[in-house]
Amino acid sequence: MKLTKLLTTAALALGLATGAMAQDTLKVGFVYVGPVGDGGWTYEHDKARQAVEAEFGDKVETVFVESVPEGPDAERVMTQMALDGAKLIFTTSFGFMDPTINVAAKFPDVKFEHATGYKRADNVSTYSARFYEGRAIQGHIAGKMTESNIIGYIGSYPIPEVIRGINSAFIHARKVNPDVQFKIVWAYTWFDPAKEADAAKVLIEQGADVILQHTDSTAPLAAAAEAGNIIGFGQASDMSEYADGPRVSSIIDNWAPYYIDRVKAVMDGTWTSTDTWDGIGPGMVGIGEITDRVPAEVKAEALALKEAIAKGEYHPFTGPLNKQDGSVWLADGEVADDGTLLGMDFYVEGIEGTIPN
Amino acid sequence: MDLSSINPILLLASLMVAATPLLLAAVGELVVEKAGVLNLGVEGMMITGAICGFAIAVNTGDPFLGVLAAAGGGAVLSLLFALLTQVALANQVASGLGLTLFGLGLSSLIGQGYQGIRPPPFPKLNIPGLSDLPVIGRILFSHDLMVYLGLIIVTGVWFMLKYTRAGLILRAVGENHEAAHALGYKVVRIRIMAILFGGACAGMGGAYISLIRVPQWTEGMTAGIGWIALALVVFASWKPWRVLLGAYLFGGVTVIQLNLQAAGVAIPVEYLAMSPYLITILVLVIMSADKSSAPASLGRIFHASR
Amino acid sequence: MLKLERRPQPSKAWVWLAPVVAVIATMIAGGALFAMLGKDPLVAIRTIFWDPLFSEFAFFYRPQLLVKGAPLILIAIGLSLGFRAGIWNIGAEGQYIVGALTGAGVGLAFYPLEGWFVFPLMVMAGALGGWAWAMIPAVLKVKFGTNEILVSLMLVYVAEQLLASMSLGLMKNPEGFGFPGSRNLQQYPSAHNAELIAGSGMHWGVVAAMIAVIFAYIMLTRHILGFHIRLTGEAPRAARFAGVNPGRLVLICLGLAGALAGLAGMFEVSGPAGRVSIDFNVGYGFTAIIVAFLGRLHPLGIALAGLLMALTYIGGEIAQSRLGVPAAAIQMFQGMLLFFLLAVDVMTNYRLRLTRREVA
Repeated sequence: MKLTKLLTTAALALGLATGAMAQDTLKVGFVYVGPVGDGGWTYEHDKARQAVEAEFGDKVETVFVESVPEGPDAERVMTQMALDGAKLIFTTSFGFMDPTINVAAKFPDVKFEHATGYKRADNVSTYSARFYEGRAIQGHIAGKMTESNIIGYIGSYPIPEVIRGINSAFIHARKVNPDVQFKIVWAYTWFDPAKEADAAKVLIEQGADVILQHTDSTAPLAAAAEAGNIIGFGQASDMSEYADGPRVSSIIDNWAPYYIDRVKAVMDGTWTSTDTWDGIGPGMVGIGEITDRVPAEVKAEALALKEAIAKGEYHPFTGPLNKQDGSVWLADGEVADDGTLLGMDFYVEGIEGTIPN
Repeated sequence: MDLSSINPILLLASLMVAATPLLLAAVGELVVEKAGVLNLGVEGMMITGAICGFAIAVNTGDPFLGVLAAAGGGAVLSLLFALLTQVALANQVASGLGLTLFGLGLSSLIGQGYQGIRPPPFPKLNIPGLSDLPVIGRILFSHDLMVYLGLIIVTGVWFMLKYTRAGLILRAVGENHEAAHALGYKVVRIRIMAILFGGACAGMGGAYISLIRVPQWTEGMTAGIGWIALALVVFASWKPWRVLLGAYLFGGVTVIQLNLQAAGVAIPVEYLAMSPYLITILVLVIMSADKSSAPASLGRIFHASR
Repeated sequence: MLKLERRPQPSKAWVWLAPVVAVIATMIAGGALFAMLGKDPLVAIRTIFWDPLFSEFAFFYRPQLLVKGAPLILIAIGLSLGFRAGIWNIGAEGQYIVGALTGAGVGLAFYPLEGWFVFPLMVMAGALGGWAWAMIPAVLKVKFGTNEILVSLMLVYVAEQLLASMSLGLMKNPEGFGFPGSRNLQQYPSAHNAELIAGSGMHWGVVAAMIAVIFAYIMLTRHILGFHIRLTGEAPRAARFAGVNPGRLVLICLGLAGALAGLAGMFEVSGPAGRVSIDFNVGYGFTAIIVAFLGRLHPLGIALAGLLMALTYIGGEIAQSRLGVPAAAIQMFQGMLLFFLLAVDVMTNYRLRLTRREVA
């Protein structure tokens, strides 16, 4: 492999050159799948990048490229960052998995951090957040507060991440309200605020008085505010601008603690390839402030649930749980293993409808 | 499955809202195309209008000023297209595509710092008596004012094209610019005015999304609605009333497919999501018998040699 | 008063001068834009246009120009044939997706069988898929007179849904832990569209793009079909008298464009991209329309325009990461490039004349 060799030598040469020039500045690269102004996924990653800069000041230099398509473009951007002397590169979309592995093979001295994937190497770590822990709390609040017993759920695509969230929310809504029903609508897009607004309206018209969303725009909250007497939750960011209306809490992506941690590890020379799947406990999943619209005792229960999950005393997927077809999934007291959760492609018992395929 | 959970009254009402941005952008483009100009930059003008409207509404606290600014922003951007195609005689298809690219970039530059802000609310029509009427009141008399503005513009365009001298001249320019020129009409000037009108309408359509429909600012938030508006014009065979029908049909298919999903109808979702586009093609084939209405000079470059 | 006057013959000098003037004007306007954003305009321009070609890492970026430019050129060549004849295929993006799906589908169907015949079959399937998708607007236009702009555009959205459905269902990698997306064809040697010479960026798609450029050039200048295409575009009525069958021309032009777009998709999915995924398509089909016009619908022009466009993408990424220029500014920059070229192009066919205002 001629290119590999060429690239490595070039990187080494550059490493030497810049190493002599700026001994203690660590260059950290971020590859984003969307624009930093998307107000959701990429926006939160970029906030964490800024937190890294604030934390380390002159000791780091961060660079980023936004709206990078998955595939060859991602590979090129990562290579370019590595050539330019980045020693740690965060690639923040599932679709960057294979490109990250490819580029990492060419630059053994550069550390890579890939979000939400499952392929690792000596210089590639993976990290992801247990958003389903936050969904459990949402489910609890939703189950307690719904009066129509219909909860609407807006999904993007039927992938394990989204299905996990639906199951987690449903289990905890059912636990406190045996009559609760979920109405699930798939938008089949990552990003189309107008369609999200339509989906929320449809769910409300069909009797839902709680809207849960796995899409990143505030459109569903705005629809809820307009309809009145509907509650919803912030997604990805706090969406506190709706806190005086429908938004009663939120799930916040908080990558900053992890990013700071990993940058520090590279600085200290303690970085190793790891597989991180963090939840509420380490602060990767944040629960936005629960507003006064939630009755005090429900709020206390929700906070207790959060506390139990954070401390690891309670796992949201604890048996007895059956799959949708009635077959036993988890026996009494059994806790779901991460492998099953990662590839989750079934609903739990009680959810109506089928997962589109 | 529980079809009874679908409420036809609410369905009709939300359909009117879903159709409004499409309607505004499409009726603007209709005027442009009637003048013989094909502007493929609708998406770019919409998104520019969306951010201009949002920024002004947030800064002034007045949503109406926002809508005005959106119309202005869309028109200014379309002026670029007008200069290229009418003065520099550039190809319209390429200029339009470039305009979309440019508009998407421009809007996200302007929009930096406007994420996570809630714009001032837009007032709704509330006529005591009328708005409280059963069925009709919910469907017809309780929307935000922009819904009615859209309908007024469609009516106005229809009236203008059909009954006024201005409409006649516009159509003449679009049908045969040589002849219109020979008759002494300022072809270029008329076309530039049509393009500006189209830009203003597209801008308002964009602002409807960022100020009312969603309402928030995120980059690329029009998500392809401009392209669908373009399709609508052809679909409507350049007739304002059919634009209205088409916008409702298109908005309607989306709303209905979401409704069916929520009601638990077990049809593969991805095929449901395709359905608006497939139905558009189907209707197009059915309506293709009507070949009378495409402006004859559409997309052709006009240069007054004398 | 300044007035445009049509030249009796297109100006030879301006044909060559126009792109140069346009690029310079873009650099000036773009520089102003970058300066407004607080970046050093000279550094920014150098980063976009010079560094990918001549900096110390040019050995990496030059091959990348081919990787990024090849699909653009391949699609744009096909589109330009139709555009010359006044047939507006706006839906190359859809044909690109379907070509990738059928091509990858054949490859995945044979997995894990190794054999020399797998890749050629995939190539055929990719071309056929794109061709078939383009035949829908073509046949509808010929049979019913429906507008091909609209139908081909609508089919882009349909193809995108099809892509999502395939990534989540039929083509999902059975060993992918339930995540969407197919197997990586890069790890299936018989189906992998690998670099022909390591480090050169040359894969079969680049070769196909080169062949397409030459083929289109010969066809337009030497072959009767090329003559018919040009005649139909320039003088539709004359074309009819010359015995051109407009329906047949629609089928041929759209079919060729579809097949080439399908090929581009197939080469991309089996090579640089590697896998079918929900976000596989990145707008090559739409960018190719701009490339076709930047290249003035001329095969050699398109080849150059494709490479220039690729340069602005690659240079733009470098400018983003090194200088912190927002992606949006790069997008505007590309838009400006097109605007200036279109605007300057008027000088090829017209000249400016100072005239005295006449009293009418």
